[in-house]
Amino acid sequence: MAENNAAGEKDSVTGRHTTGHEWDGLKELNTPLPKWWFWTFVATVVWGIGYAIAYPSVPWINTYFPGVLGYSQRNVVTAEVKALEAQRAGVMQKLKAVPLEEVKKDEALYVVAMTAGRVTFAENCRACHGAGGEGRPGYPALAGDAWIWGGKLADIQQSIVYGIRSAHPETRMSQMPKFGADGILKAEEIDQVSDYVMVFYRPGAPALPGAAKGETVYAENCAVCHGDKGEGKRELGAPALRSSVHLYGDTRAAVRAQIVNPKQGVMPAWNARLDEATIRAVTLYVHGLGGGE
Amino acid sequence: MFVKHETIEKNAVLLAVLTTLTIAIGGIVELVPLFTIETTVEKVEGVRPYSPLELAGRDIYVREGCYTCHSQQIRALKDEVERYGHYSLAAESMYDRPFQWGSKRNGPDLARVGGKYSNDWHYAHLANPQSMVPESLMPRYAFLANREVDPARVARHLRANKTVGTPYTEEQVANVAADLAAQADVNAEPDALAKRYPKAVQVQGDGRRVTEMDALVAYLQVLGTMVDFTNPANEKLQQ
Ligand code: HEC
Ligand code: HEC
Ligand code: HEC
Repeated sequence: MAENNAAGEKDSVTGRHTTGHEWDGLKELNTPLPKWWFWTFVATVVWGIGYAIAYPSVPWINTYFPGVLGYSQRNVVTAEVKALEAQRAGVMQKLKAVPLEEVKKDEALYVVAMTAGRVTFAENCRACHGAGGEGRPGYPALAGDAWIWGGKLADIQQSIVYGIRSAHPETRMSQMPKFGADGILKAEEIDQVSDYVMVFYRPGAPALPGAAKGETVYAENCAVCHGDKGEGKRELGAPALRSSVHLYGDTRAAVRAQIVNPKQGVMPAWNARLDEATIRAVTLYVHGLGGGE
Repeated sequence: MFVKHETIEKNAVLLAVLTTLTIAIGGIVELVPLFTIETTVEKVEGVRPYSPLELAGRDIYVREGCYTCHSQQIRALKDEVERYGHYSLAAESMYDRPFQWGSKRNGPDLARVGGKYSNDWHYAHLANPQSMVPESLMPRYAFLANREVDPARVARHLRANKTVGTPYTEEQVANVAADLAAQADVNAEPDALAKRYPKAVQVQGDGRRVTEMDALVAYLQVLGTMVDFTNPANEKLQQ
């Protein structure tokens, strides 16, 4: 700048120096930067150099300068997660140690478990079982007392940890045979047994025409799983048919469709996604939705 | 100064050449290390190229603009890690062209959605999100179930990926149609598919035709599942 100033002559109109640049007779006035701007600029440069020394910065061929502070976002998040775990450790360890049945007796612990359970449920279970565990076709209600696999704490916990027809090797598993699609029953028999199942579904309503014959078909083919009186068998995950709650709808058409080519509900296993204490918390939460046994 | 301003400013060609040079230096310093620094895409066990059906599904994901509402990047921040799981690694989108990281989150992040829901749920949710989540503002994609995936097109797409560097083997290239059909049909024999593409999830197609819905679900089900963070080979990534 100094040399330009020296080179530039004084402009007669403004009385200021020019930069010495000239284009077709037009000359540029030398207007210095405002002081505050100049010093802010200098400050940012100094800050930049400091930052580059403190934090990961200059790249090199196959590595980079890690900065004297050794900052790494991954280390930060790992430390934060550890700190969070440490903060929760006391209560979560306790939740793991206390038998599920007894958590309720420890009021403070129960409150924590229910809070953790509620949050976990909202993020992971709600999309299938509904916000309040009310269920929807194909996805059983957890707030009611009609359980497919069982409503005791241990049953619920097992359903959550290993899933149902999930990819986990220890998953709860059972397959209703494809009575229609695999030709086990004739179309006529399927109609009869559907009529019979409607007796369970609509107690008190007049029996449908095939119900009498359907009773034999039921006894021979269905009772092993669904029970002689349609009460269901939890160890086989076969839902009660004598019930007002139905997984796949309460119409005869839904019943027939299930017999022809059964739907097999899948619930993922949560042991990999959720840690043990969290699973126990959500177990207690589900149990507390209203139908726990 | 070494070169007089005037010389440069009055010579358009010289100005252009010098400007290009200056920008090039900046660009080289910023970009080249990304290719040479080993931690840019660190080596992790488990990441594999997409199976043909997943690749087709990814295409549909991009075509339908799912990224306008969903990101696929769990940032290394406590809250995100708490909600979605392990933070995303660059290696996990190594075979994504282009990657689907994004920052738009009208809906949740999908980087680790694989395995979170059942196939059935995805079919029902994509067809009508409100049937599963009543307050959802996600649009319906039921039409995907009526559109078939063309195996020849997927094969071309897979070869194109191989050309730009995705390490598909000759065997994988030769079996596109078979793998596509096997993954779309729950009743198909899974062994050959599983050998070529470990952890590929078979979806609920009807076995007669492969729909875009099948492809999209297969893609969603593999997201974030390839890297096993409990594997000792990935120990330094454990949190
Ligand atoms: C992808 C959908 C899906 C998600 C997500 C899901 N479930 Fe389920 N769940 C199901 C289905 C389907 C069944 C019924 C399986 C069957 O037909 O036997 C079920 C069954 C259950 C059962 C057994 C019910 C009974 O009557 O015995 C419990 C308990 C349960 N789920 C709890 C949970 C919890 C807790 C979560 C969240 C951590 C969860 N589920 C997430 C789909 C899901
Ligand atoms: C091997 C055991 C087994 C046998 C045999 C069996 N079922 Fe099932 N059934 C099941 C299971 C398990 C389910 C639940 C499927 C699910 O959870 O997705 C079920 C579900 C049903 C449902 C739907 C219940 C609901 O809540 O919506 C009906 C109806 C039904 N079975 C009728 C029959 C009839 C009729 C027969 C005989 C022709 C039969 N089942 C034989 C295991 C069996
Ligand atoms: C207009 C914004 C929007 C678009 C576009 C959109 N989604 Fe969504 N998505 C949402 C919202 C909001 C949710 C949360 C509510 C729900 O589960 O439906 C969601 C949820 C989801 C979920 C469940 C995530 C979880 O962890 O619960 C999946 C999977 C999903 N979307 C996939 C897709 C796919 C695939 C596409 C493209 C075909 C798509 N979305 C397009 C808004 C959108």
